[in-house]
Amino acid sequence: MTTLIADTSTVFSRELRPLLRDPFTIIFSMVQPLVFLALFTPLLPDEGGRQLQWFVPGIIVMSCLFACSMTGSNLLFEIQTGSHERMLVTPLRRPALLIGRALKEIVPMFAQAALIVVVCLPFGFRFDLLGAVIGLVVLGAFCIGLGALSYTLALASKNQEWLFWTVQQTLLFPLLLLAGVLLPIDDGPGWLRALAAGNPLSYVVDAERSLFNGDIWSSSTFGGVIAASVVAAIGLSAGVRAMRRSD
Amino acid sequence: MAAKINSVDHMIETRGLTKHFKDVRAVDGIDLSVRPGELVALLGPNGAGKSTTLRMLTTLIPPTAGTATVAGFDVVRQQREVRLRIGYIGQGNGAGHSQRGRDELISQGRAYGLSVHDARARAAELIESLGLAEVADRRVSSLSGGQRRRLDIAMGLIHSPELLFLDEPSTGLDPQNRANLQEHILALRARHETTIVLTTHYLDEADSMAERVIVVDHGRIIADDSPARLKALEVGDHILLGFSSESDAVGAAGVLQGERVGRQLRLNLPDAPRRAPGILDDLRAAGYPAAEIEVIRPTLDDVFLRLTGRSLREGGAAADKELVEV
Repeated sequence: MTTLIADTSTVFSRELRPLLRDPFTIIFSMVQPLVFLALFTPLLPDEGGRQLQWFVPGIIVMSCLFACSMTGSNLLFEIQTGSHERMLVTPLRRPALLIGRALKEIVPMFAQAALIVVVCLPFGFRFDLLGAVIGLVVLGAFCIGLGALSYTLALASKNQEWLFWTVQQTLLFPLLLLAGVLLPIDDGPGWLRALAAGNPLSYVVDAERSLFNGDIWSSSTFGGVIAASVVAAIGLSAGVRAMRRSD
Repeated sequence: MAAKINSVDHMIETRGLTKHFKDVRAVDGIDLSVRPGELVALLGPNGAGKSTTLRMLTTLIPPTAGTATVAGFDVVRQQREVRLRIGYIGQGNGAGHSQRGRDELISQGRAYGLSVHDARARAAELIESLGLAEVADRRVSSLSGGQRRRLDIAMGLIHSPELLFLDEPSTGLDPQNRANLQEHILALRARHETTIVLTTHYLDEADSMAERVIVVDHGRIIADDSPARLKALEVGDHILLGFSSESDAVGAAGVLQGERVGRQLRLNLPDAPRRAPGILDDLRAAGYPAAEIEVIRPTLDDVFLRLTGRSLREGGAAADKELVEV
């Protein structure tokens, strides 16, 4: 197990290093959701500051979702140039390749989450620290799974990049909208609520909201943990299998 | 540094190694053994199955049928053991284009389990010995083709593997860089007794570097010997003699066994360079002195043509056009 962690950290630090050497790209991507938040929040019905309690965890989930769905996009280029092949020949454990790459997308988003929270504090946003930390772990597990699926998609789209982008874009927005990230689902028609109930992200978003509020031992937390674990397990096993079969 | 294992008799041993892609038999039952310390070239046109064979031996793709052990371990059941012991330099660039060379070398070392300290030291050593000092801290995308190739070699060597695979190492390099690369490979072998398997469609490369050339065509091994023996056995030497008159040529054809066309006589005989002076003396003594002589030694292309009925150069021509400058 320790070696899986060491391998993951090797992959993660390799992926992160170009960003650290050229940090401007991170700074720009961090400011983006703040603009989003500033333009979107005034549109929500004013509930005496409570709209932030509902909206901030959703925005954090959204940035992580966008980021980890891109895990495969850098890979597409590395598949073409040959550096992915070189990684596959090393003894690095296959799950470490998936987790390390997904973490590279997620960790900057966690830094961004901290920034969003700090910026929202003067506007009346309140959160529970322990709950928020647990929330990020759950979100991290979900994103590792989704990142691994993005990796798998990149392997399947080798030599046909359009396929990656088509599938990624086609799935991402329904996933987002059917999870009640931007607007509540509760008042929607029955079919929409049924679709949302089948979306694992719905459970993760609900869990984030109650965890940020400090409601740690709730059924939503439990649902979020289950949904995130299932997605992580499916993503990792699909990714490992795809690597074994890729030619 | 990886521990040398002396217990294996064969660094590579395959039985009926086969790979099918849908209906295509890319590799069609290859039996191969390579002893420790050998330098083997797999020679064949594009699509012959060389790279597919290498990709199976390096655990990148599973065989459809047959078995292969590499450094004593099965390529399907003991992938991790195989991966720890081999280095692989593929056709593409191993270094990520947005990375810096030194960072990639250190990551590569970490991937093979070196400590941060050892990985740094080893990276510095390889940067020095492959002449990459000036470019190691630049982005890989800004490096020339030759520099990237040397960086690839450095990455393949980071863990001092006992067995090194190179898939068309010099494709896309200009002749000077190609010579440079060959020198590095030979020096590496002389220093560490590394077993080396490379694929190439450059005949001169196979000829000058490998002691053993395995000719692959349509997924099968069609010849396996030293370059010198392959040439001697399959084609042999020729001597081309020119005469000042056709009657001299006719007379000479009576003395020597050969094929006459006009004023020229073509002889097929072994060891031609040593025998040429004697032949000239014999002809002069017989009264049919030669006006011109050319000793023709066979190339591996002649061998290939003889074995397959096709010229290897046709397949290699496309890649030759894409020369990369230093």
